[in-house]
Amino acid sequence: MPPSTGIRRGRGPAVVVWVIAVVALALLVLPLVAILLSAPWPQLPALLIAPETLQALGLSVLTGAISTALCLVLGIPLAVVLARSVSWPVVPRRLLRAAVTIPLVLPPVVGGLALLLLLGRTGVLGRYLALLGVTIPFTTGAVVIAQTFVAMPFLVFAVEGALRGADRRVELAAASLGASPWQVFRTVTLPLVAPGIAAGAVLCFARALGEFGATITFAGSYPGVTRTLPIASYLASQTDLNQSIALALVLLVVSVAVLLGLRDRWLPGVRG
Amino acid sequence: MSARTSAGGARLSAAKPTLHARFVAARGAFRVEPRFDVVAGRPLALVGPNGAGKTTVLHALAGHLAIESGGIQLGGRELAGLPPEARRLGVVFQDFLLFPHLSVADNVAYGIRMRGARRAAARAAVLAWLERFDLIELAARYPHELSGGQAQRVALARALACEPEALLLDEPMAALDVEVRDEVRAELAAHLRDFAGPTVIVTHSAADVAALATDVVVLEHGTVTQRGSWASLRKDPATPYVARLVRG
Repeated sequence: MPPSTGIRRGRGPAVVVWVIAVVALALLVLPLVAILLSAPWPQLPALLIAPETLQALGLSVLTGAISTALCLVLGIPLAVVLARSVSWPVVPRRLLRAAVTIPLVLPPVVGGLALLLLLGRTGVLGRYLALLGVTIPFTTGAVVIAQTFVAMPFLVFAVEGALRGADRRVELAAASLGASPWQVFRTVTLPLVAPGIAAGAVLCFARALGEFGATITFAGSYPGVTRTLPIASYLASQTDLNQSIALALVLLVVSVAVLLGLRDRWLPGVRG
Repeated sequence: MSARTSAGGARLSAAKPTLHARFVAARGAFRVEPRFDVVAGRPLALVGPNGAGKTTVLHALAGHLAIESGGIQLGGRELAGLPPEARRLGVVFQDFLLFPHLSVADNVAYGIRMRGARRAAARAAVLAWLERFDLIELAARYPHELSGGQAQRVALARALACEPEALLLDEPMAALDVEVRDEVRAELAAHLRDFAGPTVIVTHSAADVAALATDVVVLEHGTVTQRGSWASLRKDPATPYVARLVRG
């Protein structure tokens, strides 16, 4: 607790605040402790190298990596536009920001349904893709699209924050030294925001790895094709709880690694 | 004005370019209307109180701000429509704006590399610039490891390594500690004497004007209120601002 700022503030309210804070913390941490306490530690090695586990893990890592790469390629330019939009009129500026924020506030199942209605065989765009012989839903490609959809804001906001913090006048200096706009972007802007890009990519990967709702709606649950770790863990929880916990532990370890790998200021909740 | 130009023309070869600035530029509601010429070999100090529009003029010359009308000619080229990277101007910014992620050597090499020089040729050229600015020992350092005076030398070397046709300096002493200013200023004056093209120094310091410039243009509220040599300004200040400036 910071030192009491008002002279009249006694310890009473502070204690209440403390108690509620501890309850809140317990709500956040105790479920994770429960996983650790319930884990079938002796059988864990066998569960982790079970074919279904490795298949789901492999698929999750592969699709997560591709989604993260897609988020980088698409998201960095979007972050640049978003950072520069401060000079735009209010309405388009807010619309742009709202559009980027949508996947953060939208229930993933709704996002998956929206993707299905756009890209499904009879969807708004999907019917034309079907004419070309391209089918997206319920393929590994659909998993990647669903993950990219939900993970993109994490990358965009991390990079945008870094861009706003960077001294843009250094770009003017680069231009005066003969660098074209593309050269300035490549040799000055990108290196300056590299820490933000790295943090964004890590968050993005973590979000993609945990994706469930949009994936199961848009891509289904075909073993080896679209059954990623979270989906496998959920399905296992209906039949074999130990298998489910083993899969959950893998996801938990990845999340903790992400948390340790990031400095506090890059976590979305910490930035203002 | 015309007398000075012809005197300069007689002394200097015709190949030395002159910078002609006659334009209107605006930032929001604020307008600047500078009119001046800068002759190679006669560094020009652009002076004026805070908010007079000096930096706006500099940004317009450098191409970071579009002008509304008029033109900027350098050695017969019209710069006004050109993007910053095509103007061939060396700019030394007030706080130097070195690339924080690049070493001193890579900062100096930046412009040469952007112009597509081959690696070996670029390295040789960079080495020559580092030597000339006494930066060999600092070559591997990063900007945050430099003193203000060192950073200024890197910024100047970086700008000159592009072989610009004219040089613009924005408040070159403002970012330096007071106790080192005299020494760094003398060094800078020596380097400016070696530069063959027109030089514009934006400053509000009488010491900078006296040490670095030959000609002076005074900008107040966006317009030129006096021009001439430092000696002529001292003798006959046209405005209260100039009178205060020349008294130091």
